[in-house]
Parts: sequence; C-alpha cells; structure tokens
Amino acid sequence: MKVNQISIFLENRPGTLEYATRVLKEAGINIRALSLADTSDFGILRLIVNNIDVAEKALQEKGFTVRRTSVVAVEIPDRPGGLHGIVEAISRKGVNIEYTYAFVERSGENAIIIFRFDKTEEAIEALMESGFTVLPGEKLYKL
Amino acid sequence: MIYNEEFETLPREALEALQLKRLKNVVERVYHTVGFYRKAFDNAGVTPDNIETLEDIRKLPFTTKQDLKDNYPFGMFAVPMSNVVRLHASSGTTGKPTVVGYTQRDIETWSRLMARSFVAAGLTKNDIIHNAYGYGLFTGGLGAHYGAELLGASVIPMSGGSTKKQLLILQDFGPTAICCTPSYALYLAEQGEEMGLDMKSLNLRVGVLGAEPWSEKMRREIENRLEILALNIYGLSEIIGPGVAMECAEGRNGMHIFEDHFIVECVDPVTGETLPYGEEGELVFTTLTKEAFPLVRYRTRDLSRLIHEPCRCGRTMLRMARISGRSDDMLVIRGVNVFPSQIESVLLGIEGLEPHYQLIVDRQDKLDTLEIQVEVGEALFSDEVRSLQQLERRISKDIKDYLGVTAAVKLVGPKSLQRYEGKAERVIDKRTNVFNHS
Repeated sequence: MKVNQISIFLENRPGTLEYATRVLKEAGINIRALSLADTSDFGILRLIVNNIDVAEKALQEKGFTVRRTSVVAVEIPDRPGGLHGIVEAISRKGVNIEYTYAFVERSGENAIIIFRFDKTEEAIEALMESGFTVLPGEKLYKL
Repeated sequence: MIYNEEFETLPREALEALQLKRLKNVVERVYHTVGFYRKAFDNAGVTPDNIETLEDIRKLPFTTKQDLKDNYPFGMFAVPMSNVVRLHASSGTTGKPTVVGYTQRDIETWSRLMARSFVAAGLTKNDIIHNAYGYGLFTGGLGAHYGAELLGASVIPMSGGSTKKQLLILQDFGPTAICCTPSYALYLAEQGEEMGLDMKSLNLRVGVLGAEPWSEKMRREIENRLEILALNIYGLSEIIGPGVAMECAEGRNGMHIFEDHFIVECVDPVTGETLPYGEEGELVFTTLTKEAFPLVRYRTRDLSRLIHEPCRCGRTMLRMARISGRSDDMLVIRGVNVFPSQIESVLLGIEGLEPHYQLIVDRQDKLDTLEIQVEVGEALFSDEVRSLQQLERRISKDIKDYLGVTAAVKLVGPKSLQRYEGKAERVIDKRTNVFNHS
C-alpha cells in the first residue's frame, strides 16, 4: 500500500527548479502531487509522478541527486476533524510523522494526504485498523 | 627495488662529502655566470671560498620566486642559450610564468631521477605507464615521459584532458601504472564509475601522484576506488620537475629526496632559521648538478618536515613528509591559520561525503568568513530536511573541532563544482579578489 515518491536535491539559486521541471517535461512526466521543502541554501522537491522509473533516469542523467522514498497516501473526507483522526490513529502506535503534504482530488469530494512516516508498515496497519482508506500507489500514479 | 643502488644507498658520510664537493662547485659556478648571484652573494658578504662545510650553506642568501620573476625570462640561466635544449615554465597564475631551462645533461639527470622514482614505486621495464600529466610547458608530462622511457617501460603519452578517451585507453591498453594529480585520479574514478565501468577491474596497480597537496585520507579514497597502490611524488619546475623526491613502495612514509642532486633544508617560513629534523617548516632546495638553471637555497613555499630515520627500503636519503600546505596559500581566517588540505582531511573523514569541495573566503563587516561548499551525492542525500541540516551541522562542528575556525557549510548539487585536470583550485579568496592558489 506504499506509494513511491521521488525526491530531488535542489541548490537554492535561480533556475534550479526550472531546470528540474524542464527535464521532467522533456521526459514526458506528469506530476501527480508535489511538495517543495526549502531551507536557506537548499531545497528538496518531492514528487509523485506517473512514471517514476523514467523520471528518475532522466533526472540522474542530467546530474541531479535523486532518491526514492516510500510514502503513504490516505484519503480523508473533506470536513472538520478529518486530519485529526489520522494523526490520532498513528500517534497511538508511537509512529512519527517526518513530513506531510496534501492535495484535493479532482472530484472535490475527498482530500488526499501524503505522509512520510518513520515506521511506514506500522503506520499503514494503524490507518487500516482505524478504517481509513489507504490508496495504493498504482491508483495515485494514474489519477 | 632500487634503480641506482650505488648512489641511493650511499652511507651518509660519503653522501655528505659528495654534496659538499658539488655544493662548492655550484656556488663557484653561479657566482661567475649569473649576475643575480654575484650581486646577491656580494651583498651578503659571502664568496665561494667561504663554503668549507655543508653548514656553510646557511651563509648564502635565499633565492625567492620574486627573484625569478625579476629575472624573467632567462636572467637566471648559467649557460648560453645555445646549450639550452629545453624550456619549461610554471603556470604563473599571478603574472609572468617562471621560465626554466635544461641542457642535454640536465635532461639526462632528470630522466634518471624520474626512473629512480618509478623504480621506487615498484615499476620495471615490463610496466605500461599511462602518463596523464600535462605535456607542454608544465614539467609533469615530459618529465615522467623521459623517465619512463629511460626505465624501458612502455609509456602512453596521454597528457591531461579528454577524460572519456583516458578511460577508453585505461580499459583497452591495460596500463599497470598511472601518473597524474591525485584530484584527477579521483575524477577519472568518478567518471568511470558513472559510465558503468568497473574501475577495480582495470590492470592498474600503481599510481604515481603529485603536483598538488593531498591528504592521507584522499590516498585511501583513491586506493579503494581504483584498487591501486597510490604513491606520492614531489617536484617543482624550478628545481627540476617531478622526481625531486619519491615515496618508496616499501616504506610509504615520506618521499626520499634525491640528495646526491639536491640539498634540502627545512626553515622557519618567517625567520628563515634552519629547523631541526621533524619540525614543520618551508622546504628550501639547492640544486647540485643542474647546469642551465642552478638554484641556490630556493624557497619553495611548500611546507613539510624532514624525516631522517632510516627507511626499510635501504635508501639512505632523507625523506620529506607529504606537503601539508603552502606558506603562500595558507589561509588566515580571523587569525587562525588554515590549509585547504586540512579541510579536505576533515571532509573525507565523514562517511559518504564526496571529495569535491570549494572554499570561499570573504569578508563581511570586517570579519573573515569561510564558506565550504560540499557536493551532496546519492549516498548522503535524504529527502528529510532535518537529516541534511544535521549533515551541515556535523561538518561545521568537525571543522570547528579540528581546525578551530567557524565555517558556513553549504551543500551543493553533485558535479556542480568545477573539476580540474591539473592542479585543483580549491580556494576562492574574495578578500583579495584573486585565486589564492598558485
């Protein structure tokens, strides 16, 4: 039930993000979800894409440092308290959230939240036990 | 293995007698043939007759790089141009280059010294030597070339550059030894690995590496990635070129200085006083056999220390420790002396860190700042900001702990720093707006 995410190291100067997105465009990659974490001198671009193998190869060939990480996508009803339920379920299990980002599906009914946990397997187990919909990677790539 | 058993293992007493005889000869000669020396000796109140013992060398004035510049291009030559068969020049990043000349006999002497060096590295006529030192005005390429030919080895005269071609030749010709700068050896390894080449499967077994300061950790890195024995060679064009001193494969602890051709002193860079063996200072060389371009007490700016304990290889010559830095590229950051090689050593002590770095020195509000740019490769990349910031803090802390300076660490993308085929220029000193490395 894990989702493959690709992360890219970006130096914090004009043009680096543009170059990365251009490489992806030219490789015909469609971005499903993204988050850009930044510090004063570098950034990390995290992406979920339609074809991770192609994206990874294209970026590496252009000299980017990339890494694959497993994240978890959870569907939640778009209403007050939705996020709280998830966080409660996993914190009960002693799982830590490294980072998170969210996007709303086209239908507008549900939000999808991407989580990076320190203990991925345990987090998935906890979420499913509590009745949350954990989306398989395949579904996300094709959204 | 020793190339010239008779001279390289001379008992100290006989060696010193030979040195004194040759020293008297060279002092006499430069006094009569080089205007600069006659004036310098006269000003110091010393004549060739005052040289009666080896210690008397201290009565002679130093020769500096500035003296060579002042006499550019041929003012320091001791023979007429008709006897000069070769000219070389140092890079001269700070203006005019330093020009050096060789007679036919100088070329032969140099070739023998390089052949000695190769033999000290365990090479024989059966070896194939891939020579990636630059050919041309730089002494590295031709110096190594002639030495390798004299030894009878097969030389591949690659020169620097064309890295892809170098890798092709390394695979196809199967050289057993490589000559280049240590930073280029690493670059070759990196490029090869990137092309999917198994660098350990090459026939290479020995690297004769020099022309820039490098650290023990860098040696291990090169040895691991190329699976070779990496040995340190020392030389400078002013003295003769590569082959002034060479590390032996048996001892691997300091480079034997070929003292039958050079007298070495180690002096305090500030006072010029001779230092006892083992203490770090600036190396000063006097050439004993050079005809066209003899130098008396030449201040190299290279910092090292002399090792006089006998080596297990049987050579009786003094050894010099690896160059720890240059007295002229020593960075003074808020009053603390820092050498790029020390920073390199700290960086390479951190598991997984790429050996590519750049130092940027600047001044903000009258205070010196040091920024260390380090490439972050796949091994260290984490998509958690926290981990990368921990890495930056770890590097800063190590630099502070080992060197006592505060540095801002900046992680940069892989391959974003410039690669060098010759000497790496590690420092950008914006305080003077010039490259600090000569």
